[in-house]
Amino acid sequence: MDTGFIIEKFILVAVIFGISLVIAMYSTYAERKVAAYLQDRLGPDRAGPFGILQPLADGIKMFMKEEIIPTTSNRWLFIVGPGLALLCACIGTAVIPWGSPMEIGGKIVPLQVADINVGVLYIFGVVSLGVYGVMIGGWASNNKYSLLSAIRAASQNISYEIAMGLSIIALLLMTNTLSLKEIVDQQHGWRWNVLYQPLGFLIFMVCSFAETNRAPFDLPECETELIGGYHTEYSSMKLGFYLFAEYINMFVSSAVMATLYFGGYNYPGMDYMATLLGPTWAPLFGTAVLFAKIFFFIFFFMWVRWTIPRFRYDQLMNLGWKGLIPLAIANIIITGVVIAILENF
Amino acid sequence: MSTQVFYFVATLSIIFSLMVIFAKNPIHSVLYLILTFFTFTVHYVLLNAQFLAVVNFIVYMGAIMVLFLFVLMLLNLNKETEPSKSPLIKIVGVIAGGCLIVTLFGSLKAATITSPLILKNPGLGLVENLGKELFGPFLLPFELSSLLLLAAMVGAVLLSKKDEVEA
Repeated sequence: MDTGFIIEKFILVAVIFGISLVIAMYSTYAERKVAAYLQDRLGPDRAGPFGILQPLADGIKMFMKEEIIPTTSNRWLFIVGPGLALLCACIGTAVIPWGSPMEIGGKIVPLQVADINVGVLYIFGVVSLGVYGVMIGGWASNNKYSLLSAIRAASQNISYEIAMGLSIIALLLMTNTLSLKEIVDQQHGWRWNVLYQPLGFLIFMVCSFAETNRAPFDLPECETELIGGYHTEYSSMKLGFYLFAEYINMFVSSAVMATLYFGGYNYPGMDYMATLLGPTWAPLFGTAVLFAKIFFFIFFFMWVRWTIPRFRYDQLMNLGWKGLIPLAIANIIITGVVIAILENF
Repeated sequence: MSTQVFYFVATLSIIFSLMVIFAKNPIHSVLYLILTFFTFTVHYVLLNAQFLAVVNFIVYMGAIMVLFLFVLMLLNLNKETEPSKSPLIKIVGVIAGGCLIVTLFGSLKAATITSPLILKNPGLGLVENLGKELFGPFLLPFELSSLLLLAAMVGAVLLSKKDEVEA
């Protein structure tokens, strides 16, 4: 392991980490602007031109607020909860291929932190770990609303993880690999997986809404029933961590959706662009395309949030267990049969 | 390098497993158990069994432990609800613990250091090779175990259905 390799990876990690934080920050701004647009309002417009400094003002506010740790809470776990939530949100970015290998000064640099051969499962593991932040925080608050919310989050995550896993299996039958890098490279140009797996994508997307606790599945923080849900007792930057984790989760799951189903950094006419821009700038253009897809998905998350009302809890469970899981299994069977026919006849 | 990592992680596994037993609060026990499973995941990675590592991560850390935590949070165990232990149970516990120590000592005395096992194929733990093994030579045991899991699942569903009818 030479120093150049370590420096290269370190810079890549730092850049990706910074980008995810900035995107999460400006997602809060975008969310308000989208909400305002959908509800025919103006949205934040005081801090800076078009309110562009609003996230900074919010950040300062979060840091300046009084920090309250309830006396009856479990102090250590109360602090661990939000930290764990943010950590689990951030580590998902490690296996996503952000662009095709780039040439810098005669050296080929892969724009991916780690190309592990179980990349898809790694993402899945990180997602399943994400619920601990909510559960531990909710329990340690020693508040019955928080506890109820933690329990809701746990059962919701477990239920939707099953459908999510099953929808990915159909995709893996097609791609024959678990490495995200290879999955993206198979979708060169226009051969995006969503064209072959539209049902799988739909199931995956619904499940990622549930896994990130976004509306219409934001039952764990349902304010009409549970005050603030798992973060009722939280204040100051610990609350900020929870809110931030949600936006980073949204960013990561948008990136995963774009990578698995929408071709990642591939776009039609990319071979022509590669000859036009050369080996240094073409991969960067691909990265820009990937980010355009990610931004679209983030916008879609917001669009849905301000369009569809929240589900009731029994509706949520019915949709997960009686709707999505049978659909996902049917999708696997159809995919398997089609592949068997194509290979043998 | 990897030997040192192994000893470090192994020490952590032992410490966390002991904490599972010694923690007073059942929720803390479960959290230490999660950490123990995490160290197991690292062990699997050190053995180059990446698939097993990530499955251990998803299934044990991510799913089963969430369910454990879920049930314990619902039960809300604490000092007041804990049943008082009679002296008989304590005596039985001491005898059982003594037997365990005797067995452990006996097996440790009989144990000899064997030469390290070298796999013919070091990449056996990778997904592709593991899949070929499972669906090739080990197809029958694999299918039988999945049948067993299915039976357990049907049983669990039936048990929960029965409650509904009575209520």
